[in-house]
Amino acid sequence: MSVVSATASKASASQPRFPVLRRLLPETPTVIAMIALLLIVLMAVFAPWITTGEPYQGSALARLKPIGTPGHWLGTDEIGRDMWTRLAYGGRLSLIAGIAPVVLALIIGGGLGLYAGYAGGRANTIIMRVMDVFYAFPSVLLAVAVGAMAGSGLLNTVATLTIVFVPPFVRVTESVSTRIRHMDFIEAARATGIPTWRIILHHMLGNVAGPIVVYATSYASISLILSAGLSFLGLGVPPPAAEWGQMLNSLRQSIYIQPWLSALPGFMIFVTSMSLNVISDGLRNALDLKKQM
Amino acid sequence: MSNTGTMQKLLDVQGLTKHFTIRGGILNRVEGAVKAVDGVSFSVNKGEILGIVGESGCGKSTLARLLMGLITPDSGTVTIGGQEMKMRGRSLVDLRRRMQMVFQDSHASFNPQRTILDAIAYAPRVHGKSKQQAEAEARDLLTRVGLQADRFAERYPMELSGGQRQRVNIARALALQPEILILDESVSALDKSVEAQILNLLQQLKAEFGLTYLFISHDLNVIEYLSDSVLVMYLGQVVERGPVQDVYSNPTHPYTKALLASKPSLDPRKRTTAAPIAGDPPSPINPPSGCRFRTRCLHAEAICGKRAPKLTAVGTEAHQVACLMNEPGSGHSKAAA
Repeated sequence: MSVVSATASKASASQPRFPVLRRLLPETPTVIAMIALLLIVLMAVFAPWITTGEPYQGSALARLKPIGTPGHWLGTDEIGRDMWTRLAYGGRLSLIAGIAPVVLALIIGGGLGLYAGYAGGRANTIIMRVMDVFYAFPSVLLAVAVGAMAGSGLLNTVATLTIVFVPPFVRVTESVSTRIRHMDFIEAARATGIPTWRIILHHMLGNVAGPIVVYATSYASISLILSAGLSFLGLGVPPPAAEWGQMLNSLRQSIYIQPWLSALPGFMIFVTSMSLNVISDGLRNALDLKKQM
Repeated sequence: MSNTGTMQKLLDVQGLTKHFTIRGGILNRVEGAVKAVDGVSFSVNKGEILGIVGESGCGKSTLARLLMGLITPDSGTVTIGGQEMKMRGRSLVDLRRRMQMVFQDSHASFNPQRTILDAIAYAPRVHGKSKQQAEAEARDLLTRVGLQADRFAERYPMELSGGQRQRVNIARALALQPEILILDESVSALDKSVEAQILNLLQQLKAEFGLTYLFISHDLNVIEYLSDSVLVMYLGQVVERGPVQDVYSNPTHPYTKALLASKPSLDPRKRTTAAPIAGDPPSPINPPSGCRFRTRCLHAEAICGKRAPKLTAVGTEAHQVACLMNEPGSGHSKAAA
């Protein structure tokens, strides 16, 4: 304890601005994952400048060219579109479909969970039992069912995945905030007459945020895979839009002709989701959630 | 500190009751109630220290939480300075400005993510003070509770020792400039030397700010050292109350006697020989009928199960006991006729 407080006071004397980042940086796997994810994001953002800029421009003459073909360094797909261009553009849709549902679910589910945890009693019971109804369905099945009802398209994919992700976020936030709710400092805050919404924002949110953000990063990879899966099944973004899952689907038939080429979108999904998982684990360690709880 | 008639009643509590209902079964029916606090009445004069004593589970902390409005009482009134407090809405905000509480667990009672300065200054800011003013006052309070403001203001609660945190805890309670401070086992978790420092600090602050204390403790020595009057609780009820000299020199309720007899003595010739009371207190879910202490009382008779004793004066009017032996004509063989 004395060692801890000594180092802690030294740290606080110099006022570290990003203590989490500082603890994250010495972790080699996390750093590699962060660099990989950063490259993928940059690729998606700068797609028009670093590629041919024509993701839909096919060529009947240059179909299914192998990796390393001059002019198409990652080859071309089954109707002759440049793979590198499509992968970069596909990153845009895939990343949006992967991250937007998680952010939305984080806000909606986190808010509901915080309230349920703070309020307790009847409000808690109602919110949690409603969430249990969603739990009755396997998440993939639920996504497919909602996706089939809503139809295809990016917006519907995001909405579908948000609905699928809200219940687990509510549950995790509720369990963390219920525990914090019963700590003395919340009682102390109530005793000083601080209004409920301020207690939730000032005292609860900060203590709940750590575990929930870690949970969210782990869900980003699930979301990416699920949205790719929906596209693969034809429930996500419709062709000819470039999206990794949908590309994987259309290249499926060419797998015996150009196996490496056909695997490229899958490789992108794999690298992105792995990076997100490793970052999530690194964050968990850096935030040292055990110490907080 | 003496009980002269000129002193005004600052806090008056009448018949405060809280029963926690227990629900169970498929239909969530009420299956019983924990009678945590059952008709507790007392009053405290301005500038006095009232010690509240009793063993674990007797309702001391529930009483504190009721007074702070953290839980809503089933019945009873709380009057501060002649003004009856409604335990909700605006009135509750008003109550909390006049009465504050220092919690027992100095570790859990701080948000680990906020600095000491923020912990003290936040409530005054919410109640309308500017950031600069609230923080300047918080620094001043830190100095008053014996911590160097420059060294401690920007630190996090985890970096402080238990005693230091308890000082901050007191500063936080004082930040709203209350008249009454409830100290719920506030020194119990500290080691003896730190406890003594905090007790001295409390006496010093009381003189400085003109405070009134409700001091909840299971430590009889601390109560005797600090309090003007004492309230002995057993299973949610008051069994004896009065000026501390009267109660300690002439304990009348068998429970008070037993408590005082169990107080460890520093004199080896006055060794505690026999256990004064045996067993655990009965469950507050179904407390014994009549006198709640009768199941552990050496003087229990048939009448004790039938009649609930009322608080009756012993000697002076201020010293009151709830025991049938002290109630004339109660039917107990040791009572006066």
